[in-house]
Amino acid sequence: MPVPHIHKILDTQRDSLLREWASTQAEEGLIRKDLFTEAEAKAQIETLYDPLAKGVAASVDQDFLDPDDDVWEDLRAALAEVTRERTKRGVSTGDMATFVLALKYPLFERLRASVTDTNGTVLMEAIAQFTRLIDSVALYCTEICIAERDKIIQRQHDEMMELATPVVELWDRIVAVPLVGTLDSMRAQEVMESTLSAIVEKKADIVIIDITGVMTVDTQVAQHLIRTAAAVRLMGAEAIISGISPRIAQTMVQLGVDTGEIRTRGSLRMALADAFRQLDTDVVIRSVRGN
Amino acid sequence: MSQSAGLYLVDEIMLVAIDEDINDSDIVDLQDRLAQRVHDTGARGIVIDVSALEIVDTFVGRIIAQLAGIGTLLDSPTYLVGMRPAVAMTLVELGMTLPTVRTARNLQHALERLRATQ
Repeated sequence: MPVPHIHKILDTQRDSLLREWASTQAEEGLIRKDLFTEAEAKAQIETLYDPLAKGVAASVDQDFLDPDDDVWEDLRAALAEVTRERTKRGVSTGDMATFVLALKYPLFERLRASVTDTNGTVLMEAIAQFTRLIDSVALYCTEICIAERDKIIQRQHDEMMELATPVVELWDRIVAVPLVGTLDSMRAQEVMESTLSAIVEKKADIVIIDITGVMTVDTQVAQHLIRTAAAVRLMGAEAIISGISPRIAQTMVQLGVDTGEIRTRGSLRMALADAFRQLDTDVVIRSVRGN
Repeated sequence: MSQSAGLYLVDEIMLVAIDEDINDSDIVDLQDRLAQRVHDTGARGIVIDVSALEIVDTFVGRIIAQLAGIGTLLDSPTYLVGMRPAVAMTLVELGMTLPTVRTARNLQHALERLRATQ
């Protein structure tokens, strides 16, 4: 019965264990005084320690500590909270796992001192049990870290998606879609959707799709642009693709991209001038300041 | 015979309003009626309003292209107006960009362009 030994140590030697847990962390270089105050670090390990001790106490009648048991619910919640807090301030995933694992050494020392069976079976068993538990806790910790990071990546991805497909009203009945970065299938879809709904909302007759900020144009990107222009035409508006650099013009010709009837212009400025001409709009500069 | 599409002759222009719940047989029937009416009246142009149309498939897409083809043969330039974004996207996804069909944003634009060409 190794569990009662662990329980007894966790229960009676709380203060000294907490102290040594912290000092082991310090030895491993995990304290990060730059990110946390001493009081915060202490509060964090206490937040973890108490549900851990509670879980062990609840398992005291059992032969071994089952990491999948429901008694660790509180510990998991505390772990999630502490991990989130630490990751948010920039603690790495590995450091977070070692932060938890640092409890092993002080506890093992105490087990060795208190369990005095002759052949050491109970001690071995207790160490194995506790290792298994703490390892699963550390693993859970790592999972939370990764999940948190995935969440951040997803959010940034969503934000990028939104930022990357603005539709700007340049003039009455003229909208521009400045594209920046790379144009994959998913973004191309977003661009098409926002462009087409802008035609309805802004009553646009001319849509200028500006690709000045697009890094590379391959056949797939060209295909997306052509399809968007075709959909714009079906809705009764006209698309002008602008911002075709000399390099991109060469690539497109070499790739054999056929833009067909779609109007293409070298710069947004030329496309806009073109749009003004088509809509019979004159822009007059009344006075020239500076120069 | 169901009337899922209305034909109206206004100022020598044939207006075609397609209903949202038009089915395959209705649209074939529409093709018949439109050809007959344009032939009989000598309409100067055709405007097909698809703003009510929410769902398209390749069949409807092809018929629309054919309607425009009929108009052109009968010397009656055909404009497609009021297409919804979702419909435009679907047609493009289906590879039906209708290159031979003239388009306009709304009825007024189509009428302006028809008058300008005459």
